[in-house]
Amino acid sequence: MATFGNLTDRLADTFKNLRGKGKLSPADIDGTVREIRRALLDADVALDVVKEFTGKVRERALSDEVSKALNPAQQVVQIVNEELVGILGGEQRRLRFAKTAPTVIMLAGLQGAGKTTLAGKLAKWLAGEGHTPLLVAADLQRPNAVTQLQVVGEQAGAQVFAPEPGNGVGNPVKVAKDSIRFAKDKQYDVVIVDTAGRLGVDAELMKQAGDIRKAVDPDEVLFVIDAMIGQDAVATAKAFQDGVDFTGVVLTKLDGDSRGGAALSVASVTGRPIIFASTGERLEDFEPFHPERMASRILDLGDILTLIEQA
Amino acid sequence: MADRTPWSLSGALRGMFAKKTIDDDTWEDLEDALIGADFGPTITDSVIDELREQVRKYATTDPDDLKRMLRENLEERLARLDPTLTLSARPAVVLVVGVNGVGKTTTIGKFSRFLVTRGRSVVVGAADTFRAAAVEQLATWAERGGAQIVRPQQQGQDPASVAFQTVEKAIAEGIDIAVIDTAGRLQTKSGLMDELTKIRRVIEKQTEIAEVLLVLDATTGQNGLAQAEAFIEHAGVTGLVLTKLDGSAKGGFVLAVQERTGIPIKLVGQGEGIGDLTGFTPHVFVQNLVG
Ligand SMILES: Nc1nc2c(ncn2[C@@H]2O[C@H](COP(=O)(O)OP(=O)(O)OP(=O)(O)O)[C@@H](O)[C@H]2O)c(=O)[nH]1
Ligand SMILES: Nc1nc2c(ncn2[C@@H]2O[C@H](COP(=O)(O)OP(=O)(O)OP(=O)(O)O)[C@@H](O)[C@H]2O)c(=O)[nH]1
Ligand SMILES: [Mg+2]
Ligand SMILES: [Mg+2]
Repeated sequence: MATFGNLTDRLADTFKNLRGKGKLSPADIDGTVREIRRALLDADVALDVVKEFTGKVRERALSDEVSKALNPAQQVVQIVNEELVGILGGEQRRLRFAKTAPTVIMLAGLQGAGKTTLAGKLAKWLAGEGHTPLLVAADLQRPNAVTQLQVVGEQAGAQVFAPEPGNGVGNPVKVAKDSIRFAKDKQYDVVIVDTAGRLGVDAELMKQAGDIRKAVDPDEVLFVIDAMIGQDAVATAKAFQDGVDFTGVVLTKLDGDSRGGAALSVASVTGRPIIFASTGERLEDFEPFHPERMASRILDLGDILTLIEQA
Repeated sequence: MADRTPWSLSGALRGMFAKKTIDDDTWEDLEDALIGADFGPTITDSVIDELREQVRKYATTDPDDLKRMLRENLEERLARLDPTLTLSARPAVVLVVGVNGVGKTTTIGKFSRFLVTRGRSVVVGAADTFRAAAVEQLATWAERGGAQIVRPQQQGQDPASVAFQTVEKAIAEGIDIAVIDTAGRLQTKSGLMDELTKIRRVIEKQTEIAEVLLVLDATTGQNGLAQAEAFIEHAGVTGLVLTKLDGSAKGGFVLAVQERTGIPIKLVGQGEGIGDLTGFTPHVFVQNLVG
């Protein structure tokens, strides 16, 4: 995963300028903070998040903890890293299961984010862990979404609950509701509800998503978001938080070279943890999200420290 | 959610234009607004430098003047390229490419309808032989749009051969326009990008390609630039399609794409319905953006 690669390069350049400085002047710090700001904006981190982040870094960089440090530049790097990890969620958060089966997982997000593919990935992974997942075709809107989920289900070796043909026919709230009874009858222990893509500004469809949530009372609602998203990540994440009150985030298409600033934006604005990273089109291409790993990759910390130490 | 009004540049700029005179805050608000619309730091700096220069030159302190200058500046930048589609060849072959999930297949459905209502006959080629149910999805759209379809004869057939058969059918049956759907691919996957080059080559053995349309999702951030550069290199893109403009994202990154690559935006997608496709008009785009 080459995410954040360019952000890393930018920050490395910035910190290189600081190396060898025994003492940092306010001007040094302002210059560095400006570079960090620029790098984060190039990485599509939301502007408000950038401002808050650089504000914190600046404040701490000007404080005693830096001026008294043996190597102030190194100290600034550490502050940046700490703040990044903090926003990304600190510890890795695992999927929550219900005390009594079935565990219900609902997926929601913008059009084309990767929900249906993720449904297949989760099913395959859970089946491999000894669970009996049931996929639910509650996207009755997008052309042939039901067929797509059936194909994905077959690839994952999981059952698909698809009582309605879709393409505009059928009520997704009812399908979702019926799927829970079906799962209990047939003893599936995890239910994964795929829903139609919807825009944050589409009040009607957002309400429908809220209704699906009420109908299935999920243990997890996963907000699926494309890592290539720009500044709109914040408005969209807030709209989904209001609409379906998601419990976790999945970042998709991390196999590309997008710098994935959305990870910072969404985590910071909603306070919800990023649980999985989706890293390809095949069903095995996904992994738990590691905030620590992601943050140190953002900074490429090892390399930067070496640069500063060599100064 | 219902009470949230969508984000807009005009909303972001409202405070700034409500002021009596242009001051430092004005410039900061403007910078924030442009960044917030995904113009990216580089274009934002360049627009602001130009506007500062103009404000100085005309010695104005009136925010309304600045607003007009902003509108003109963006419109002029966007209007530098010709957005006309070149579809006069017979058959006119249109290849549609882009990263995963941006709206290629949907755009083809809308575009078919657009062409059919203007009296053109259309065949679409299902050269996405990879994605689950991609062929069925395109078939649904072809039916809605009134186009014929060429499907792969078997699962996982070489996409280039489907493209070939589509063009072959268009030539044999005198169909005006052949539109070829391709699988979404991230621009970093070299094997998949080479596959596009091959599809092109195979089509070009039969006839010239009229348009290669790169579909870009308006919610995309600065990665849109990397997408454009790679697809231009491997697929010879001739036009951009900007989709999902019905959402809260403004798609400001396309300005950087246009300026950096010289490829014009030719179509705009604004919804999931078959009628939600229009040509690109800089004036309308900027009007929606700036208000
Ligand atoms: N490269 C890559 N492609 C992905 C990933 N996840 C999904 N995709 C692709 O993205 C496209 C859209 O995926 P879907 O699963 O259909 O997305 P969706 O959110 O269900 O879309 P709608 O139902 O239309 O809203 C498909 O081409 C997938 O193969 C990923 O992690 N990496
Ligand atoms: N709101 C909105 N949704 C759109 C628009 N265009 C496409 N979509 C939706 O975006 C999702 C993906 O569209 P597709 O046409 O399948 O995208 P694609 O590029 O063909 O996807 P892959 O083939 O998987 O790479 C679907 O849910 C579409 O309904 C648009 O202009 N506005
Ligand atoms: Mg889907
Ligand atoms: Mg498609």
